[in-house]
Amino acid sequence: MTNHWVDIKNADVVLIMGGNAAEAHPCGFKWVVEAKKHNKAKLVVVDPRFTRSASLADYYAPIRTGTDIAFLGGVINYLLTNDKIQHEYVKAYTDFSFLVKGEYAFDNGLFAGYNSDKRSYDKSSWGYQMGKDGYVVTDPTLQDPRCVFQLMKQHYSRYTPEMVEKICGTPKDQFIKVCETLASTSTPDRTTTIMYALGWTQHSQGSQMIRAGAMVQLLLGNIGIAGGGMNALRGHSNIQGLTDLGLLSNLLPGYMTLPGEKETDYRTYIDKRATKPLRPNQLSYWQNYEKFHVSLMKAWFGDAATKENNWAFDYLPKLDKVHDVLQVFEDMYQGKMNGYVCQGFNPLASFPNKAKLGAALAKLKYLVVIDPLATETSEFWKNFGEYNDVDPTKIQTAVFRLPSGCFAEEDGSLVNSGRWLQWHWKGAEPPGEARNDVEIIAGLFTRLRDLYRKDGGAFTDPILNLTWPYRIPGAPSAEELAKEYSGKALADLPDPKDPTKLIKKAGEQVDGFAQLRDDGSTACGCWIFSGCWSQAGNLMARRDNADPFGNGQTLNWAWAWPANRRILYNRAAADPAGKPWNPKRKQVWWNGTAWTGSDVPDFKPDSNPADGMGPFIMNPEGVARFFALDKMNEGPFPEHYEPFETPIDSNPMNTNPKAVSNPAARVFKGDMEVFGKSKDFPYAATSYRLTEHFHYWTKHCRINAILQPEQFVEIGEELAAEKGIKAGDKIKVRSNRGQIVAVAVVTKRLRALTVDGKKVHHIGIPIHWGFKGMTKPGYIANTLTPFVGDANTQTPEFKSFLVNIEKA
Amino acid sequence: MALQSLDIARRSATTTESPSVRQTTEVAKLIDVTTCIGCKACQAACMEWNDIRDEVGSNAGIYDNPRDLSAESWTVMRYSEVEENGKLEWLIRKDGCMHCAEPGCLKACPAPGAIVQYANGIVDFHEEYCIGCGYCITGCPFNVPRISRKDNKAYKCTLCSDRVAVGQEPACIKACPTGALQFGSKQQMKDYAEERVADLKERGFKDAGLYDPQGVGGTHVMYVLHHADRPQLYNNLPDNPSISPMVALWKGIAKPLATLALAGVALSSLFHYITKGPNEVSKELEDELEKEEA
Repeated sequence: MTNHWVDIKNADVVLIMGGNAAEAHPCGFKWVVEAKKHNKAKLVVVDPRFTRSASLADYYAPIRTGTDIAFLGGVINYLLTNDKIQHEYVKAYTDFSFLVKGEYAFDNGLFAGYNSDKRSYDKSSWGYQMGKDGYVVTDPTLQDPRCVFQLMKQHYSRYTPEMVEKICGTPKDQFIKVCETLASTSTPDRTTTIMYALGWTQHSQGSQMIRAGAMVQLLLGNIGIAGGGMNALRGHSNIQGLTDLGLLSNLLPGYMTLPGEKETDYRTYIDKRATKPLRPNQLSYWQNYEKFHVSLMKAWFGDAATKENNWAFDYLPKLDKVHDVLQVFEDMYQGKMNGYVCQGFNPLASFPNKAKLGAALAKLKYLVVIDPLATETSEFWKNFGEYNDVDPTKIQTAVFRLPSGCFAEEDGSLVNSGRWLQWHWKGAEPPGEARNDVEIIAGLFTRLRDLYRKDGGAFTDPILNLTWPYRIPGAPSAEELAKEYSGKALADLPDPKDPTKLIKKAGEQVDGFAQLRDDGSTACGCWIFSGCWSQAGNLMARRDNADPFGNGQTLNWAWAWPANRRILYNRAAADPAGKPWNPKRKQVWWNGTAWTGSDVPDFKPDSNPADGMGPFIMNPEGVARFFALDKMNEGPFPEHYEPFETPIDSNPMNTNPKAVSNPAARVFKGDMEVFGKSKDFPYAATSYRLTEHFHYWTKHCRINAILQPEQFVEIGEELAAEKGIKAGDKIKVRSNRGQIVAVAVVTKRLRALTVDGKKVHHIGIPIHWGFKGMTKPGYIANTLTPFVGDANTQTPEFKSFLVNIEKA
Repeated sequence: MALQSLDIARRSATTTESPSVRQTTEVAKLIDVTTCIGCKACQAACMEWNDIRDEVGSNAGIYDNPRDLSAESWTVMRYSEVEENGKLEWLIRKDGCMHCAEPGCLKACPAPGAIVQYANGIVDFHEEYCIGCGYCITGCPFNVPRISRKDNKAYKCTLCSDRVAVGQEPACIKACPTGALQFGSKQQMKDYAEERVADLKERGFKDAGLYDPQGVGGTHVMYVLHHADRPQLYNNLPDNPSISPMVALWKGIAKPLATLALAGVALSSLFHYITKGPNEVSKELEDELEKEEA
């Protein structure tokens, strides 16, 4: 979230699209109810299904699954055509006036530079025109046809309301009504908040859907503003913490990145990331990259990280490509992997194409499962009849199950969607032989290290030199780890402004990342968490909900990254002169000598507005980008592509066979062949969660099992009548990868949509069931889903695929 | 909420005077259907606090689970898909005991002290005195109480009288994530409902209103409805609930009986009636249950 849960109460319009907050985030959804009750907010829901969120909406509009870019492109077109944008905001705080290279082009579904053999782009033309002064050339009049504003206007002029209806199946009048409601917040005194979740991320063009939403918010001037923002509702506790701490294959903690295999030179690695300002007087905060990087290496490798060895740069792996979960299972499937350690993860149930996953696991020599529950993955080799019809005598994988505690059985902090690190205390000891995860991993590590010490091996330095300063080496405490993430001074830190004074003595916790240094005198395990445990103690454990400004920012409740800021980019809540856009909604402002306010300013505290520093300090331009440069794999502007399994076989936006679906999405050999075609699988399917369950965990709990006991799928009344299916009948749902059998819930909440002249029915497929647990046994829903991901994040396309159904 | 006395204002099949010295606030639960998302957290909390666990059932092609109230499920969500003014609405109503001011169950109950009404308005079953006759079911205009097959006694929502007595809100209220469930004095709840109704009217629900049916003297569980003119839209919530004439009939018999009991001459005939009466009803009920199963 750019904002946070409580802040949703400040919104005037709430758009829930690409998510179903009432269903999947019921506790957070209370803030939507607050906005409705106390701020007269209007709730708009756009979804293929009339969801639990829709049941409380002031306005609901249907959409075909996977077509959100077409819808949002239509909104962008509407706002530009009807001049419903916040002019001063976009002019000052975005790249509207920036000029783009002459070679950049878009034609019939493809951007310049496409290579169809590699399914990827040469992105060199997706850049700015640079002036002799080293800065981007701009045209403040916005007349130049190469300025971002003009290019964007041209690109989205194709997204007419008629085109939206044709692609999305959303009736034109309903689409316009949504546009009008959003447009009502283009004034400085009103805001829209956008709440989205996996309904946007889990598509082959999911990242671009989110970008398109962010573009709408920028046009409306709603980023950085209380009651506004782009708010990703994170689905797992603690998935926000997972990405923050860099658990994705290409990341280091704090959204720093691993070097690629060609980046073997330390200085080049740093310089590429420590970006210099692209416009005069801009902060370009990533210029501090080296301070954060060196502090991380000192936290990890201590005295072994020295200036002479480039702070142990050679210890870091150099990536050949991203090794996301789909790639890992592809490698496993190809027989290229011997062992797999699966911690707090049930991939057989939660990743696509169960048949492929099961076959991949069967090729392993060993599988280690660390989990509090007996997961399906840990018993993939066992026959559970129709639900897991395998022959155990043909599977030789050795499976080790290490029972772990659950979140309630350990101390620590969880990061919520709003970036709050909230400390919690264990409620019980783990049962039986279970140990908490840290203890299990520490046990594995110390034993492996001892083996390397004894027997040696290829390049043992990173393992033997890993800092392990914990009081009990086999069981590092949550407190020790949290302090390590927050960071400390390794030597006395003199004040740069007055070297006779010290800001920290050696061994003291730092106050925040501004005190980190690139000379090896500080250590910090995750720079964005820096300050969460300062000399003042554990700030994550704070529980003071005082709200002096009445806007829900509660700066003394827990601790938010970065630097306890509650709303990111909050400098944009004030006009270029530093005055709040909306005097009734004061956040941060310039008091004549400094930035101050109800939130921690996300800005250089002493930067006079007259100097023109932009609010988007992490971008070297200082402004927000409509034009994504080369940061996205499928193009600088979000463009509609069909899901890989499309019910209409073509893309109404172009006539190019190469651009029906995302041209830059990675598809493995063999997976393209098992994409279904609409003639065999005519129905658009989408998978999702239910409130009564959490993923594949709560089916192990009696109460949740009572509340939603048996697997079902949802179909509309019209289709049910056509197929002779009644509510409660068992039906077969088939995709080109397998089939499941489930009870039919026949509902008015799923309606056929007319798409490109064709009637398209949706089939709703809740996940949650499997062959382990207290519920009635069920099929793994991901038997059906396709093995393809978003072109940038590789998040699987769980939300749009094709199936056929019949009465079982 | 302050601590509540559990003074009993009324007791089934009893005519002794009720205590009336202490002044206890009349309480109420407000179910704002218009902010309910049907998450069933209230059902889970009810099971946990009251130590009741129903069977793991099956899916009947609807979201409702468990499918009906039972001795182990004292509250269930009921989902209705209706179309109003060409607009689909998914109306989700939490069903359970309404804690009527004039409780039909209590009036129908022949077992002394098996059903009580506290001074704060909560209607509670004291199962240790229950004889399993099922008259409470007949007496209830909302079809709420259920007889357990395990012990042949009637069960229903207690409005967490044990929690309320020590100044806590009922478990379902505490668990509700959206604030759709509220608890307080009956007057506070009516005031709050008024705000909600005004908001709904502004949003175009011109018939929004409070459900506090006077046919049973008002209730201590009330609903805010978008369509208060048509409660039946909400999975057949009765438009004008009242106590069944059967109960009036029974009351006609009970009164002289009670007088006789007071005179101390007809105890045996009362017992005779009590043991004879319920047997017949139980059988009927069993037949009905069997029919449902088939």
